Amino acid sequence: MNKYSKTHEVFFAGITNEMVGKVNKKYDNVYSYLNLQKINNQLAQENARLRDSLKSSSIFVSNDVDSTSSFKPDSSSLPIRKYSYLYARVVGNNISSQINMLMLERGRLQGIEKDMAVIGPQGIVGEVVEVSDNFCRVKSLLHRKSSVSAMLKRDKNSGNIEWDGVSPEYVLMKNIPKSAKIFKGDSVVTSTYSNYPPNILVGTIESIRKDNSSNFFTLKIKTSTNFFNLQYVYVVKNSRYNEQRLLEDSKLKLNE
Amino acid sequence: MSNIVKYIFRFILFVLVQEFILDKVPPVNQYVIPYLYFLFILWLPFSINRFALMFVAFLTGLSIDYFSGTPGLHAAPCVLIAYLRPFILNLLIPQETTEQSYVEPSIQSMGLGAYSFYIILFTFLHHAYMILIEWLQFGNFRYFFTKVGVTTLLSILLISATEILFFRKAKYRTNAA
Repeated sequence: MNKYSKTHEVFFAGITNEMVGKVNKKYDNVYSYLNLQKINNQLAQENARLRDSLKSSSIFVSNDVDSTSSFKPDSSSLPIRKYSYLYARVVGNNISSQINMLMLERGRLQGIEKDMAVIGPQGIVGEVVEVSDNFCRVKSLLHRKSSVSAMLKRDKNSGNIEWDGVSPEYVLMKNIPKSAKIFKGDSVVTSTYSNYPPNILVGTIESIRKDNSSNFFTLKIKTSTNFFNLQYVYVVKNSRYNEQRLLEDSKLKLNE
Repeated sequence: MSNIVKYIFRFILFVLVQEFILDKVPPVNQYVIPYLYFLFILWLPFSINRFALMFVAFLTGLSIDYFSGTPGLHAAPCVLIAYLRPFILNLLIPQETTEQSYVEPSIQSMGLGAYSFYIILFTFLHHAYMILIEWLQFGNFRYFFTKVGVTTLLSILLISATEILFFRKAKYRTNAA
């Protein structure tokens, strides 16, 4: 999905996303009116949850380093805010195909960049793949090529979330070692390795499948996000993303 | 209403119906996806030349693609069926009468047998090629076969319903037109 040459992608995404976005927005105006009740409930619930966890809701990267160690703390002694959130309205949403995309009414002019994570009121949603001036296109979690690093909340074993294209309510979690203690109904959250902020809910374990030929479980996860009535989401800006990406890419070069 | 306006109107209608009604239908199963938009290409007039036909088909596919964020996935099969359409139509219709007296393919202009064959063949070709492209990225063999079968059946059902609900008057072509 993201291997087109840069110029084509940027050129066409710029023009067509604006146009398609406007049409989508018109449609969504009608659709969201019909869903107001549900969305209000969702928002109210989310507000309640946020109020509950006000202190822990913003994520800070601690820069406290033991003064006796030779590691240098950052130049500023203040903690740096790593993740910032921007709310966005969903104007286009697809769940019926194998490669599902969302369209949000936020774009380059509002500071959206490619690869930013998108989370919903109930859990993770996807990541930004195309940006135009006022709209962006998001690769939904329900995309055959989506891959999210996640972990079990109980014992921090991490694995990979993929979608098998069967049902928009379930995703698969792979590479969980058989030594892990797993129970039905356990929460699965994003891991610290992922593009998403850590500890965002992905879903709950619906069923456990033992693969006899390997040492790993395949878990069927019920997504916490209801993709059927998604109306508002948050785009997450990771202020350290570029730096991390640069380092990861340079490591690749060494391997070549 | 002038013909070109009619086709533009029809184009917009097909794209919007596909994108905002059929694609929003909650999926029953991963194989069951309703497609109707390519009927626009099958309904274009007999007289359109091949390059114009392929260009229009490309635009149709591309409009669907930009709504669903999959550049090329629908455009490719649309161009394929547009390319093959004149060959098949030449085989199916009696040259002397139909092409000269009727404007576009329909049950009336081609007869039920020939028209059904035409619809079924192109529905199958469109779906098979589109799902082949999908299958090259992911999925397995069973996925490919089942999905081609199921979506083709569903599309034929939808097309039959469309034919019954929106009866097109088969226009007789006169010299003046």
